[in-house]
Amino acid sequence: MTEMLVLIDHSDAGPKKVSLQMLTKARELAGITGDAVAAVWFGPGAADAAATLGSHGADKCYHWDSPDAYGYVTLPQVEVLEELIDEAEADTLLFASTNHVKDVAARLAIRMDAGVITDVSGIELADDGRWTATKEVFGGDMITKSTVAEGKLSFLGVASNAFPAEPSDAGPAELVALDHSLSEEAKGATVTEVEKVAGADRPDIGEAAVVVAGGRGLGSEDGFALMEKLADLMGAGVGASRAATDAGWYPHRYQIGQTGRTISPTLYVGSGISGAIQHRAGMQTSQNIVAINKDGEAPIFQIADFGVVGDLYKVVPKLVEELQARK
Amino acid sequence: MKVIVPVKRTPDTAGEKVIDPDSLTVDREAGEAVLCPVNEFSIEEAVRLKEQHGAEVTVLVMGPASAQSTVRKALSYGLDAGLQITDDAIAGSDALGTARVIAAALEAEEFDLVLFGGQSTDARTSLVPAAVAELLALPSLTYVRHLEIDGDNIIVHREHEEGWDVVASTLPAVVSVVEAINEPRYPSFKGIMAAKSKPLTVKSLADLGVSAEEVGAGAASATMYEFAPRPPKEAGTVVEDDGSGVVAAQLADWLVEKKFV
Repeated sequence: MTEMLVLIDHSDAGPKKVSLQMLTKARELAGITGDAVAAVWFGPGAADAAATLGSHGADKCYHWDSPDAYGYVTLPQVEVLEELIDEAEADTLLFASTNHVKDVAARLAIRMDAGVITDVSGIELADDGRWTATKEVFGGDMITKSTVAEGKLSFLGVASNAFPAEPSDAGPAELVALDHSLSEEAKGATVTEVEKVAGADRPDIGEAAVVVAGGRGLGSEDGFALMEKLADLMGAGVGASRAATDAGWYPHRYQIGQTGRTISPTLYVGSGISGAIQHRAGMQTSQNIVAINKDGEAPIFQIADFGVVGDLYKVVPKLVEELQARK
Repeated sequence: MKVIVPVKRTPDTAGEKVIDPDSLTVDREAGEAVLCPVNEFSIEEAVRLKEQHGAEVTVLVMGPASAQSTVRKALSYGLDAGLQITDDAIAGSDALGTARVIAAALEAEEFDLVLFGGQSTDARTSLVPAAVAELLALPSLTYVRHLEIDGDNIIVHREHEEGWDVVASTLPAVVSVVEAINEPRYPSFKGIMAAKSKPLTVKSLADLGVSAEEVGAGAASATMYEFAPRPPKEAGTVVEDDGSGVVAAQLADWLVEKKFV
C-alpha cells in the first residue's frame, strides 16, 4: 500500500476549504486504489487540525513545524516534499491550485521529473491505472481531459470548489513529525515581513462560496461600500472588474478576469458589470450567476441564471433590506 | 544591469479558440495572436528599470517564425534587443518543456534579472517562472507587486491571498509580476518606428544545445487527450425593474430558493 499525499493549504485559522475538498476526493480515490491518504502540513497548527483532517479522509498527517517552512520562499517545502515522496514511495500528490503552491509543484516537478496538471476539476482512475484529470481551459470555453505521462509521478493541482468537503466519523489523523535541515540554496530568498491587508477577514475570492463583484457601472469607489455591505450579509468575498480596478475604485488584487483572478464560486453576483469576454474568462465557470445591470443588452445576461435589468443603486440596497428581512 | 523579459504569444481572448483535433494542441494560427496582456506589466517594469538603473533589456520569445511580430511589438515599448527561439520540435511542449527551452536560452545569456508575467491568458498554469528558476538554481520571486533593486540585492513584495510577503534576495533572480505592480504605458510612435531596426537574434534548439527529444509533444509530462466545448448554458430568468428597485424581492426569493440565504 502506498500513500496518496495531500499538501494542505492553511491559514492561522486552520485548513482552507480547498484542503478539506482535496482530502474528501483523496479518500474516494484511495478507496478505489487501496492506498492510504496522508496530509502534509507545513508550519504550526497540525495538532489542532488533526481531527478535521482525519474526518475528511487523512489517515495520517506529516507535519514540519519549523519557522523555516515559511521563512524562505518555496524551496523549504520543495526539499521536505522531495524527501517525503521518496521515503513514502508516493506516486500522487494533490495540491491546491493556487499561486504560491503551484510554485512548489513546479520546482518539485523539475526536481523529481513529475508531470503537473493545474486547475483540475475532476479526477478519475483510467483502465491503465493512471489518473485522468478534467480541466477547463480558455476561461471555461473548453473542457479537457489530461493524463500524466506513463511512469512519472502525478502532481495534480485541484481547483477551489471543484469537489465537496464531506466529514465522516473517522478519527483524527495520526501525526508524524518530520525533521529536515535546509540546504544553503533553500535560504536564498528570505521572508522579512508579512503584510496583511484590510478586508483579509472577508473570504478570499478564489475560495469563497459566494462572490459579490462590482464594475464600471458602480461609477465610483463608493459603490464598493455597497458591494461590501451585500457581501458581508451573504458571507461573500468581494471582487471587481478590470474597469473598476483600473479606475482605482478597488485594489487590483481583487480583479476577476484574464489578467486577474479566476474564480468558480457556487454563486457570483455581479453589479454594474457588462460581462466583456476578458471578465467572463475569470468567472464563467461559477455555478450560479446573478447579474444586475441597467443595460439589458449587456453580454453578462447571456450567462446569467438570474438577471435584473435595472439601476444597481436602487436594486442592491433593496436586496440588502430584503435579505435582512428574510434572515 | 541586464534584464531579460520572456513574453508569450497568446490567442486573443476575444478571438476564436481552436484546438487542432489531430495534434490536440492549440491551433495558434486560427485566431488572431497577440502579445499576452500580462506581459504589458513585465515590459513596463523592465522599462522602469531602464529609466532608474540604465538596464539593458532583451525580450525573449519562444514560438514559430510568425512570433517575430510579437518580439517587435514588445520592442516597441522601448526594449533594446530581441531573442527568438524557433524550432519545429518545440511544438506541443507542455509548461515544463517550455521551461526547459527558456532556461536553456537564458543559460546562454548574461543576466541579472528575468521578468516574467504572472500567468499567461491562455494556458494559465503559472508553472513556467518557478520551473525556469529551478532549472537555473535561482530564487523564484513570483507574483510580485513591488520591486526594488539596490546593487546586487533585490527586495520584492510577493502577493498572496491575505496580503503580501516582503522578500529579500540577491541577484540574479527570476521574478514574475502581477497587475498591481504598475500602470503600463502605451508604446510611443518613436518606439514603434525604432522597434523595426532593433537587433533580433533567432536561435534553434541545436543552437541552445537542447535535443529535440527533451521537448515537444513527445516529451510532455502531461498530455491532453480529449476536449469538448463547454455545453451551452440554459437561458436564465431575467426581470426588468421599474426604477424603484422592487424586483429585488424576486431576486431575494430566488436566492432563498437556491439556499444561498
